[in-house]
Amino acid sequence: MKNFFKLSIGLFFTAVAFTSCNDQKSNKSNGALSSSNAEKVYIAPGEHDSHYAFLSGGYSGNLTVYGLPSGRMFKEIPVFSQFPTNGYGYSEETKPMLETSYGFVPWDDSHHPDISQTNGKLDGRWIFINGNNTPRIARISLTTFETEEIIEVPNSAGNHSSSFITENTEYVVAGTRFSVPVPQRDMSIKDYKGNFKGALTFISVDPEHGHMDIKFQVLMPGFNYDLSHPGRGKSHGWFFFTTYNTEEANSLLEVNASQNDKDFIAAINWKKIEEYVNNGGGTMMPAKYAHNLHSDVTHTATSTMKNEVRVVNPSEVPGAVFLLPTPKSPHGCDVDPTGEYIVGNGKLSANLTVHSFTKMIDAIENKKFDGDAYGIPILKFEDVLAGSVEQPGLGPLHTEFDGKGNAYTTFFISSEVVKWKLGTWEVIDRKPTYYSVGHLAIPGGNSREPFGKYMFAMNKITKDRYLPTGPEMEHSAQLYDISGDKMELIYDFPTHGEPHYAAAIPAEIIKDQSQKIFKLAENEHPRKTLSDAEGKVVRDGNNVHIYMTMIRSHFSPDNIEGVKVGDKVFFHITNLEQDFDVPHGFAMIGANNAELLIMPGQTRTLTWEAKQVGVWPFYCTDFCSALHQEMQGYIRVSPADSDIELSWSLGE
Amino acid sequence: MKLTLKIITVLFISLLVSCGGKEEKKEETFSYQKKAPTEKKEEAPKVETVKASEKIDLTNKGVGPIKSVELPADIDQSMATKGEDIYKKMCTACHRVDKKFIGPAPTGILERRTPEWIMNMILNPEEMVQNDPLAKELLIEFNGSPMANQNLTEDEARAVLEYFRTLK
Repeated sequence: MKNFFKLSIGLFFTAVAFTSCNDQKSNKSNGALSSSNAEKVYIAPGEHDSHYAFLSGGYSGNLTVYGLPSGRMFKEIPVFSQFPTNGYGYSEETKPMLETSYGFVPWDDSHHPDISQTNGKLDGRWIFINGNNTPRIARISLTTFETEEIIEVPNSAGNHSSSFITENTEYVVAGTRFSVPVPQRDMSIKDYKGNFKGALTFISVDPEHGHMDIKFQVLMPGFNYDLSHPGRGKSHGWFFFTTYNTEEANSLLEVNASQNDKDFIAAINWKKIEEYVNNGGGTMMPAKYAHNLHSDVTHTATSTMKNEVRVVNPSEVPGAVFLLPTPKSPHGCDVDPTGEYIVGNGKLSANLTVHSFTKMIDAIENKKFDGDAYGIPILKFEDVLAGSVEQPGLGPLHTEFDGKGNAYTTFFISSEVVKWKLGTWEVIDRKPTYYSVGHLAIPGGNSREPFGKYMFAMNKITKDRYLPTGPEMEHSAQLYDISGDKMELIYDFPTHGEPHYAAAIPAEIIKDQSQKIFKLAENEHPRKTLSDAEGKVVRDGNNVHIYMTMIRSHFSPDNIEGVKVGDKVFFHITNLEQDFDVPHGFAMIGANNAELLIMPGQTRTLTWEAKQVGVWPFYCTDFCSALHQEMQGYIRVSPADSDIELSWSLGE
Repeated sequence: MKLTLKIITVLFISLLVSCGGKEEKKEETFSYQKKAPTEKKEEAPKVETVKASEKIDLTNKGVGPIKSVELPADIDQSMATKGEDIYKKMCTACHRVDKKFIGPAPTGILERRTPEWIMNMILNPEEMVQNDPLAKELLIEFNGSPMANQNLTEDEARAVLEYFRTLK
């Protein structure tokens, strides 16, 4: 680290020396470029980054928050995984967030974050992310930076072509990667073809609160639905999904799902289906799925099990679903800022295929069909093709846009990012990534108005980029300056988990709305304790409820007696602080769950089972003041047959 | 082996002791003077021996948003009642009316401090303990326990001040 600083300072002065000597001549020379990179990413101590970046955590199940251009990590937001660091998924209030129809599921694989939009522009209210393994969609507040809501997606498996939002956040969309029997039933796997279904789920988002509700599911043929993006501008009202395994293979997909020369991009006119549904169309079918909602007022999550979902068969709504032939197992499905171009990143194809929305509409209107799949019209490849980028690289995966008419595509096999021009399809620049790049992200890069200053690539293999840390290395991200004609690699930083997609946004859109405290006066937790005088201990059979407060630097009460072996003790703790960045922690010896990290004004509950006679301590885990080490207390646990009455005190 | 035996013996004895009775004797044996002696020694009397909490300074207005507060002769009872309610909710974790607790008792505070100083201490404690000489000393007197900023509005702090006027 020290060396890095020395190096950066060195580079900085070299840069100053260079530019001051050759002011007029060498603006474009390479010598000065590389040395000014240190300056481009250097955020002086106490200064703020210009952008937030939200990187999915992949198999961590979470979402991490970074600053750009510095690459500094600010926070890990727990979403689908239990998080002992703050007690998410362990405290009584947050456990309901991880309930599903499969019971409590404490982990997931988070993939594709997407920030809410208004009129196709990032509005910075919420960020959505999908759980891939046990299909779920989460909504995270960009005010509290906490997960507020999780909805399970029934009839889905491998929730991968998710969670992308329409341009006014009307819907967050979740597509299944694995097709499955719908409804689930006992049947031979060999009978996959023609029997399995792929559910594409449109979840409505309440414009005021963001609350999610499944509006309808389109039950598509049994392909794999890989990725998706909304239409925007002229194509608003449509949604596009890439497919692979149109062969409908059920085994050795590595070979058997790579047979067809072309798979499809499925184009869904969701406005048309919405209208159909609003007029009573579709069928309610039985389906169990959980809807979990956390309140900042009660500081408590509730989980509700839903029992039915509305499904729509494409054949019920003629003119709403079409298939666009797209070469060789397309992965990313990306729509440019104007809404005209739909890029199919055919991962086994030599060329990059770009479809035209205008041509698609024209082909539909003139009924130029090439056949159908399970009743869904297939358009002619040549009729919808806008153009292709010829042999740009190997293994294209994802494309983002800078808002200046350029597109940037990642190539996994050849480990590079290629910049190319929309409309002319010419390659403008290519830069290596280290190594095996997956997604890339430009702030607003999948909206009507991208902020095309930075682009970062998220790589699958790190190898020699950092000091080795045993067999496992954190994945790397590489930051490029894309403000000029050529991309310039300016920084390299480690990430956490396995970031798939990321969403980034200029800091000024959200930083001023970031919440500092929860107001005590607004706390409606049923077991809150708003002052020392309200502190108490109540027995209810074998359950003992301790109503406790915390403030710098003591718990009240901090001496508790009368607990007996076999009791289940609930610590309901309210943080009385009303100042920014003063959380307190709570740790109880032998707790079989985790700690609590309680924000100012918040109430949280930890459960502890009294198993052994003795006097057991608890303490604050977050160094809160000069007297933090004094922030502790004791619980006396007496034998089960003891007649000691409950008592509690502070400072007596 | 010997050591193990010793440990077991000690454990056994302690077990016996703990079984012996529910009320354990207070076993505090300390041959070290833990608190400073209360009687003054014969050294030359120091000039400054008054605790910060007992010092009287009716000119210092403190550091913060409150520059001037006019106190009418009569106490506004409804404002004081409101202030008492706020005090109970936001301050009693550290302050008790009748005794020194985590921080000093507010009783009689207006005989020692200006109203501006009191409100600034409520509204701007971080800067007060850094820049106000009295607040700095108080922080030391109270073992470095910081005055928490409870994010009261100016009106709320004013009401708490009115309540303090009733505490004599």
